[in-house]
Amino acid sequence: MVWFYLLSGLFLGWSLGANDAANVFGTAVGTRMVKFKVAAFIASVFVIIGAVVSGAGAAHTLGKLGAVNALGGAFTVALAAAVTVSWMTKLGLPVSTTQAIVGAIVGWDIFAGVLIDTKTLTKIVSTWVICPILTGAFSFVIFKLTKALLKFAKIHILELDLYTRCGLLVIGAFGAYSLGANNIANVMGVFVTANPFKDLNVFGLFTLRGTQILFLLGGIAIAVGIYTYSYRVMKTVGSDIFKLSPIAALIVVLAESLVLFIFASESLERLLIRLGLPTIPLVPVSSSQAVVGGVIGIGLARGGGRAINFGILTKIFWGWILTPLTAGIISFFSLFFMQNVFQQKVYEPVTHQITDTVLQKLEAEGVKNPFLDSLRGRIFHNSRKLKYYLKLKSNLHWSEIDKVIEYSLVDSMMIDSNVAKVELKPNWFTEGQIEAVKRLHGTVFAHRWQLADTLQKLSPEWRFKPKKRENRAYNKDLAAKYQKIFHIFRLSRIRKEEEFEGGTHSKGTA
Amino acid sequence: MFSVLKKTKALEGRIDEFLDTIMEAALEFKQGIKYYLDGDVEEFEKRAKHVDQLEGRADRLRREIENQLYSEMLLPEARGDVLALLENSDDVLNIIADTIVEFSIEQPEFLPEITDQFMTLVDVSIEAVEEMVMAVRSYFKDITAVRDHITKVMFFEKESDKVGEKIKRYLFSRKDLRLSHKMHLRTFVSYLQAIADKAEDIGDRVTIYAIKRMV
Repeated sequence: MVWFYLLSGLFLGWSLGANDAANVFGTAVGTRMVKFKVAAFIASVFVIIGAVVSGAGAAHTLGKLGAVNALGGAFTVALAAAVTVSWMTKLGLPVSTTQAIVGAIVGWDIFAGVLIDTKTLTKIVSTWVICPILTGAFSFVIFKLTKALLKFAKIHILELDLYTRCGLLVIGAFGAYSLGANNIANVMGVFVTANPFKDLNVFGLFTLRGTQILFLLGGIAIAVGIYTYSYRVMKTVGSDIFKLSPIAALIVVLAESLVLFIFASESLERLLIRLGLPTIPLVPVSSSQAVVGGVIGIGLARGGGRAINFGILTKIFWGWILTPLTAGIISFFSLFFMQNVFQQKVYEPVTHQITDTVLQKLEAEGVKNPFLDSLRGRIFHNSRKLKYYLKLKSNLHWSEIDKVIEYSLVDSMMIDSNVAKVELKPNWFTEGQIEAVKRLHGTVFAHRWQLADTLQKLSPEWRFKPKKRENRAYNKDLAAKYQKIFHIFRLSRIRKEEEFEGGTHSKGTA
Repeated sequence: MFSVLKKTKALEGRIDEFLDTIMEAALEFKQGIKYYLDGDVEEFEKRAKHVDQLEGRADRLRREIENQLYSEMLLPEARGDVLALLENSDDVLNIIADTIVEFSIEQPEFLPEITDQFMTLVDVSIEAVEEMVMAVRSYFKDITAVRDHITKVMFFEKESDKVGEKIKRYLFSRKDLRLSHKMHLRTFVSYLQAIADKAEDIGDRVTIYAIKRMV
């Protein structure tokens, strides 16, 4: 059943491979500088490496937008995105998997009654606009530099041809890596929260985390897409759409790869934090739109505003609106059908309960309101409804409402020191952190903040550092550790695993 | 990678050799005609033979280069242009070789009063060829220099037109000469003009190809 659910994600991966590999190797293959077989092999290998090694960053951002917490829901969301992509491709619109999946996730958020993280959504949408502009700027600058360099270096046409081929292969490999790292989130991101895979030790050499196994599968699906269908797309891209010289093509691919990379690389983010520079959000972006930006950049560098094809720009602009909207609508209605017609669980319902503990916590945080006291004992099954209810009925400030929603969220967890021993790897968690968790063996928590508060009391290593630029990396890492703790000790997850193991056991005895 | 680079360098060397051959043949032609006009038939025939040999060598080199370009799928974008350049450059050499053979066969009788002018015509036509070879070489290595050479090619071609016309006018203004003699000499003037014309044709091509080669 797990495999069936993953199918929609794999389908999405296949279509991504079929369409977007052409953005990396299209011109190289289209202009016959690189053979398709070579291009397909390099693209496949590096897409998979990029997805497995560096896919987590952008996937994390998508997860923040909507943590699709049931496999049935993830299946439907990915399917809605895949259908949108196929449909819009047929209509001839420059469609982006990224925009489709974001729309589909927002559709799920609305259906599941989960609050939409507007901050993350704004971050994602703004990168859609920034991405082609940034690629354009990069290709403009690289073009000017290359031109100056070639004028100065006076390289023989045959040697230049050789270097360009090598460049197309090397930069193509980098592009494929960046594509895998950045876009695997589109394919498999929605399955991360409901990930059925456990960590896997590969012959004692290294450990693949559950998410990485998921990304590996997605990467393989992309590779299949590249091998089975991308040739036609590459031919079209290379010979019809962007008639570029091989060197210009190389520059466009380099600019595009850099942009995909900087929107995906966690190591770059860490480096920027260490240097005290502003970071770039890790967000899946559209490689097709990056390419368009890159081509325009070259055109502008060659001179003249004639380079800007307003027709294509208008299409892209409409893509920004139409793609997520269509995917969102399809996602919402498919989820409705999945739940009510096929009787599949598409989300784990969220529960908010205003208890004495919650009220005390809120008071300690400075949120005190007689209206909240009147809600004592009330249960809400929908974050969004609770938010609107509080907005309507109380005079709480929006930041206070956010706190009420956060602290009243019921997310039961039970600490098991045996699980802690297996799951908390000493190469990530400190000894003090693991010890503190183990000491809580058998304790049950109703809210995330309760567990966090307790851990912070038990060990200073679980405490966040003051909000300063130099502490950002540390705090981000600590937040990720908290997420891991919440995930592994969540009661609903433990119950599901027990059911699963019971199921296999009964099968075994039958 | 290194073996590929070595192979590429070898091919570059072959292209250079091809262009050197054209240049050498052109200079040899000039020397040959000089000996012919000076009446040194033996030396002329030696040079004519050498030009013929060079023409054969250039043909062979051109075929080798073309084969390698196609069989190794090199320069997919510019291959057509490169082939056109090589073949047209070879055509110049063919005209040069044919002309010197015609001299050897037909032995035109030059009038002493036009010998100097005829030699000037040979000089400017061959200079056009030399500049054309340099333009083609620049196309491969340094496209910024193409323009300078093309300007010179065009200049020498025009010069050859002017000098050629002057000689022809002079020939046909002479009442004492037989028409057959006039026409015979006119043919040889035209041959030399044709060499410069072809060089200019190639110059035009190089200009376009160089624009296409701009990044």
